[in-house]
Amino acid sequence: MAAIHLKNVAHSYIESPKSQADFALKQLDHVWEDGGAYALLGPSGCGKTTLLNIISGLLKPSEGCVLFGEEDVTETDTSQRNIAQVFQFPVIYDTMTVRENLAFPLRNRGVPVKEIIKRVDEVAGMLGLGDQLDNRASGLSADMKQIISLGRGLVRSDVNAILFDEPLTVIDPHMKWVLRTKLKELHRQFGFTMVYVTHDQTEALTFADKVVVMHDGEVVQIGTPEELFAKPAHTFVGYFIGSPGMNVLPAKVDGNDAVIDTMTIKLTQSYGALSGDVEIGIRPEFLKLVPADKSDIHVHINSIEDVGRHKIARCQLGEQTLAVVVPENEHVPIGTMGIKFDPAHTHVYQNSRLIEGVS
Amino acid sequence: MALELSDINVQVGNEMHLSDVSATFDIGSFNVLLGPTASGKTTLMRIMAGLDVPTSGSIVINGSDLTGIPVRKRSVAFVYQQFINYPGMTVFDNIASPLKVAGVSRSDIAARVEKIASLMGLMPMLSRKPLELSGGQQQRVALARALVREAELVLLDEPLANLDYKLREELRAELPKLFKETGSIVVYATTEPEEALMLGGQTILLHEGRLLQVGTTPEVYRTPRTIQAAQTFSDPPLNTAWVKRSGFVSKIDDIDTTYESADVLADGTYQIGFRAHHLMLQKPHDNALKIKAVVVTTEITGSETFLHINASGLQWTALVHGVHHYSAGDSVSVYVDPRNFLTFDASGEACMIEAA
Amino acid sequence: MQRKVNQKAWFLVLPVFLLVAFSAVIPLMTVVNYSVQDSFGNNEFFWVGSEWFVEILNSDRFHDALGRQLLFSGIILAIEIPLGIWVALSMPRRGWGASVCLVLMALPLLIPWNVVGTIWQIFARADIGLLGHTLAAMGIDYNYTQSSLSAWITVIVMDVWHWTSLVVLLCYAGLCSIPDAYYQAAKIDGASRWAVFRYIQLPKMQRVLLIAVLLRFMDSFMIYTEPFVVTGGGPGNATTFLSIDLVKMAIGQFDLGPAAAFSLVYFLIVLLLSWVFYTVMTARDGAEA
Repeated sequence: MAAIHLKNVAHSYIESPKSQADFALKQLDHVWEDGGAYALLGPSGCGKTTLLNIISGLLKPSEGCVLFGEEDVTETDTSQRNIAQVFQFPVIYDTMTVRENLAFPLRNRGVPVKEIIKRVDEVAGMLGLGDQLDNRASGLSADMKQIISLGRGLVRSDVNAILFDEPLTVIDPHMKWVLRTKLKELHRQFGFTMVYVTHDQTEALTFADKVVVMHDGEVVQIGTPEELFAKPAHTFVGYFIGSPGMNVLPAKVDGNDAVIDTMTIKLTQSYGALSGDVEIGIRPEFLKLVPADKSDIHVHINSIEDVGRHKIARCQLGEQTLAVVVPENEHVPIGTMGIKFDPAHTHVYQNSRLIEGVS
Repeated sequence: MALELSDINVQVGNEMHLSDVSATFDIGSFNVLLGPTASGKTTLMRIMAGLDVPTSGSIVINGSDLTGIPVRKRSVAFVYQQFINYPGMTVFDNIASPLKVAGVSRSDIAARVEKIASLMGLMPMLSRKPLELSGGQQQRVALARALVREAELVLLDEPLANLDYKLREELRAELPKLFKETGSIVVYATTEPEEALMLGGQTILLHEGRLLQVGTTPEVYRTPRTIQAAQTFSDPPLNTAWVKRSGFVSKIDDIDTTYESADVLADGTYQIGFRAHHLMLQKPHDNALKIKAVVVTTEITGSETFLHINASGLQWTALVHGVHHYSAGDSVSVYVDPRNFLTFDASGEACMIEAA
Repeated sequence: MQRKVNQKAWFLVLPVFLLVAFSAVIPLMTVVNYSVQDSFGNNEFFWVGSEWFVEILNSDRFHDALGRQLLFSGIILAIEIPLGIWVALSMPRRGWGASVCLVLMALPLLIPWNVVGTIWQIFARADIGLLGHTLAAMGIDYNYTQSSLSAWITVIVMDVWHWTSLVVLLCYAGLCSIPDAYYQAAKIDGASRWAVFRYIQLPKMQRVLLIAVLLRFMDSFMIYTEPFVVTGGGPGNATTFLSIDLVKMAIGQFDLGPAAAFSLVYFLIVLLLSWVFYTVMTARDGAEA
């Protein structure tokens, strides 16, 4: 086992890329700590599978290199990298029993038979496959097949990392959280580095200690679920994580004040002169509707959506629309109301990136 | 003026796929068919469309019986979970296809297609082919085709299920507004209670081919008539427990907790149910019950956390705002206000609560 | 409300029904009719019962032809199936190379049987044929009109040339339907080239191979035109397969009764062997499910 270092890695599927837009994966330098649980999160086409294939060696990056510990493996073939991978659709050797499936990677590597029997029994026990070992793998349900695919990685003691490529796509909804919980437990037991690719925020945030959010081939934030919620480093993170996503409003920022249209919002930090596109971002949870006379900032309530556990008020602030989370029992009339911004959770973005001011 | 289903039964072999389903859909209304997979939603929609004929029962629209009339003679639009478009036609021709079949004049077609396309944000891609578009755009083309014909009945069978959740969130907010203007009867099938709440309108709860409850969406959500209805309309699952009532005092035996309520209810055994967001990590109120529990697992959705807990054998779920980390086995105290309890009798019927 | 069953649909099936009746059922019944009677022309028939069947089943002539036929089909399957798989495996999966290969593979399939026969008849002639003359010039004793072995080799090579493409195309379609993830998983599991073939490609090709084996068996078991054109069943009776023998009996000798019985026995053998192949090859499939 070793840390995985992606050193200035970038990839383009075009022979000679001319601009940044030609890159499916824009330049990235990141160390995946040994034993960490990571998730790669982003919408389809954001480059997360490209990044995964670079780690596994199925794809050679057009720039930069991949280090496993101290060793440069950029040119090393997948089979030599000691990587395990679980794919979107279960990959099972149909003609083999569950036992033979689990033993396959060890047999291919010439591991002694005694050792194979011991490892397979051990892993099958942990995965709860003990009583299925002599059944044919092809007759099992999709979630069992995925467990077996994972088992083929776990049996190997030399594995550097286990990669998951949207592994729950074909799993029944009610089985998803069972498997998710199981994966987390296995991560604790085995201590392998795990990288989990998904477009589902719940899967990513539940599984991972560190979430890597990708957007248009670029890693926009690497952080814990708390950081992604409380302090999105990019407006895309604010939009993509959380439901409803963060409100992003074009504003003029001057010192401690942010001005939207004609209304001024106080900020906790002070900012110098900012160029480019300046926006402020605030999550709907940190906005509060108050009677019109209790605030200088007024909004018009366009509509209220009752989602049961709370309400979402869609408001008009000048030209902008805002979503506000309202507690279940609070009554909000359609019409004009005051609004309060929580300054501690009001962030300033310049060209979509979070800017820190001076306190 | 409405579409009426009366006593619809569908039997296949010995299995009842639908039993005695009766419901009324007003012209211009938005209706949600909510139920888990295999609850009979698709079967019911196929019958409403005229693709299938019920074993017994009738469908009446504006006073005329539709039951035996084949689908091509009805004014129906159907959108499926899969993005179904004509791959060889441009987006424009796809949207225009039902109008061409109906023999609408060329200039009218152009005008109507453009109106719908701009409403759905499809104007920039009218000359492209569907397969060149993203999943969300493809489904919007399919929805536009359903919208453009201004059919009397629009059936949407989990139309957003195959989309990324962010797109789903956006389209979900837009859909009721889009259909509002057409005056069609819209029926939207979904398995997700949250989706039903966002869409609003009227909700028809289905479970194993039986109709559990019909009413406006918030009403069905807040005053379920049976514990089955409450469970079907809860995600995460409804937290339940058995209580013994004597006088004004109820006792939850499993967790050895009592609470008082100011309503009249005969002594005996009852079932209570409450939703995950009413189970809290902070004490909301002086009367709230404090319950000691052990964390089974947590799930983080981004802005909220699901906490699966075990309270002396009761498997409950709490839904709390923000991101919270707990490990399996951690001890926590959770709070719940008894005023949020829904009370059901031993057979699962909701109890009419009368203030004392 | 009763479901109205639309009976009009039966009229739409009628043309197909009539077609099948005239093309298959009625001729077959005629053959059955002939097989139990004797005729001396003038439309006079005598009931002979199972006599013709007994005669056919006991005749050395039939036994020899059946033996030759089984040997021929066996050799054909043993060569064409592995060769077809091997060619399909080595064909490129993507790009312009794939299209070129597919067109080349499809070419022999487009040539009519008698043309194939004629091509090889000329190509292999020892006096003027390119192949035959070259072999003769190299001092190899090759002449399909005189040597049984040469005749057999010619007929087999001709069939392999004509029909291996079909096996290739079927296997290629099977291979193309295997998702990339399987190959990637195999790489990660450290599987050798052989293991990939044995545990991924072969099981995934099983269904198309079943079809390929059945088609090739039935076709080769009923082969007529090519050997008829090239060798005429000779030298002697060396390449007289069942269908050639049957035609000789029916048209050459005008023994309608025995020929009819022969046809029926032949038909039943093809049916039986196809059924055996099918059951054996799908039995393993059923055990998995």
